Amino acid sequence: MTDELSPERVRTETVRLVVNGEAHHLRVDTRATLLDTLRERLGLTGAKKGCDHGECGTCTVLVNGRRVYACLTLTVTLDDAEVTTVEGLAAGDGPHPLQRAFVERDAVACGYCVPGQLCAAVAVLAEARAGVPSAVTADLAARPVLGLDEIRERMSGNLCRCGCYDRMAAAIAEAAR
Amino acid sequence: MRPFDYDRPRHVDAALAAMRGSPGAMYLGGGTNLVDLMRLGVLTPDRLVDVRGLPLDRIEETGDGGLLIGAAVRGTDLAAHEAVRRRYPVLAQATLSAGSGQLRNMATVAGNLLQRTRCPYFADVTRPCNKREPGSGCPAREGAHRDLAIVGYSAACVATHPSDLAVALAVLDAVVRVEGEAGPRRVPLSGLYRPPGDDPRRDTVLEHADLITGIEVPPAGTSRSRYRKVTDRGSFAFAVVSVAVALDLDGGLVRDCRIAFGGIAPMPWRATRAEEALRGAEAVELNFARAARAEPAGARPLRDNGFKVPLARNLLTRTLTELAAEGS
Repeated sequence: MTDELSPERVRTETVRLVVNGEAHHLRVDTRATLLDTLRERLGLTGAKKGCDHGECGTCTVLVNGRRVYACLTLTVTLDDAEVTTVEGLAAGDGPHPLQRAFVERDAVACGYCVPGQLCAAVAVLAEARAGVPSAVTADLAARPVLGLDEIRERMSGNLCRCGCYDRMAAAIAEAAR
Repeated sequence: MRPFDYDRPRHVDAALAAMRGSPGAMYLGGGTNLVDLMRLGVLTPDRLVDVRGLPLDRIEETGDGGLLIGAAVRGTDLAAHEAVRRRYPVLAQATLSAGSGQLRNMATVAGNLLQRTRCPYFADVTRPCNKREPGSGCPAREGAHRDLAIVGYSAACVATHPSDLAVALAVLDAVVRVEGEAGPRRVPLSGLYRPPGDDPRRDTVLEHADLITGIEVPPAGTSRSRYRKVTDRGSFAFAVVSVAVALDLDGGLVRDCRIAFGGIAPMPWRATRAEEALRGAEAVELNFARAARAEPAGARPLRDNGFKVPLARNLLTRTLTELAAEGS
């Protein structure tokens, strides 16, 4: 393998990656990001490349249950990791409750940011259940309660240029009940 | 991005050996700053030594009321830890104010301390930058410096350090544990960062293979502490100016007070004049405002960031006033 931009030889490693329950054994360039591996190697184009800098959130997926930016995650660091993308959120017999809430509450305009929003929202609900506070949690020592202010703060890592924030927050609040 | 070898050692000795054998190697934590800088061509390691396989991801009680935070603990886990939330609110708040939920999940505490400046010229390899190449020049001085330093800078570099965690650790008198060539050593956080001087390439006193293994946080003394951050947006933004305060009250008097500013210097900036002025003083807004007027001591704002001086004073006054009233 060659890299036309660099005279040095490409380095590769093998990783075992479980994506949406399916195991893949891949040999990857050490420079490959999870985002590029998902989209280009595995054909999972739900996660989007919006900024490629960790600033917009459209690449958000779950790694071992935690929301991360796939654009800043090197695939080589994920040996034996479990990855969940938007394609893996539905249970098989219907959409995830968050997906249903987003659609019913008209929270989807162009849809570009929605895969990242959904993965982030799934994690936001889990983090709150696990007692993780946020910057707007008034009493740090108490269990956080997910009102709209908490949801907005916790979702601040996902941008929406169509401005559907209010409807997305309402959808997440509904799913939190 | 330049091709690189990847190691994920299970022991600190192996990590040190991998680094020592490789002058072009760098440690990898969460990668939230490093991977970005590599993609921009600002940093070009030929080997990454991943620290997340090392046994450095625990927060331990030290038995005297303090904590030992492993270097690879993620931001989310630090902020969610019960002892941190109860005994060190300033630490929890600083951590929660940084980045987004995704970044807090990915980023390690040591990586947060070692993150690089967000000065736009540092990140742009098409522009001169003394921090990347000493002697090439500093376009920020006459260019875009509204977000940069008002104190502690040099003629060569006016960059600020963006870490919120560092500012909170500064008021807690934290000590950084480092493993290096000569074995383990302890570096007070107040001595971790280098003034830029004539050669601003290195932000810290750490040498090439030095590995942060943990952060010691002494017993709090008081749980009356707070981190406040002024930002251009409501969330997911670096500090324009921030302040960390720990206040120990005895009746209506200040028994002890520790204050540090963020967003104004290449390192957390302790406000020692205000601290001295407040020791033994009545804990009222008038005194807080008076003490704040002595800070930031020695400030020499640039053409476009003079507003940071009154902003820092007002932020400090307001934070002290709110903190003093807490629980009453």
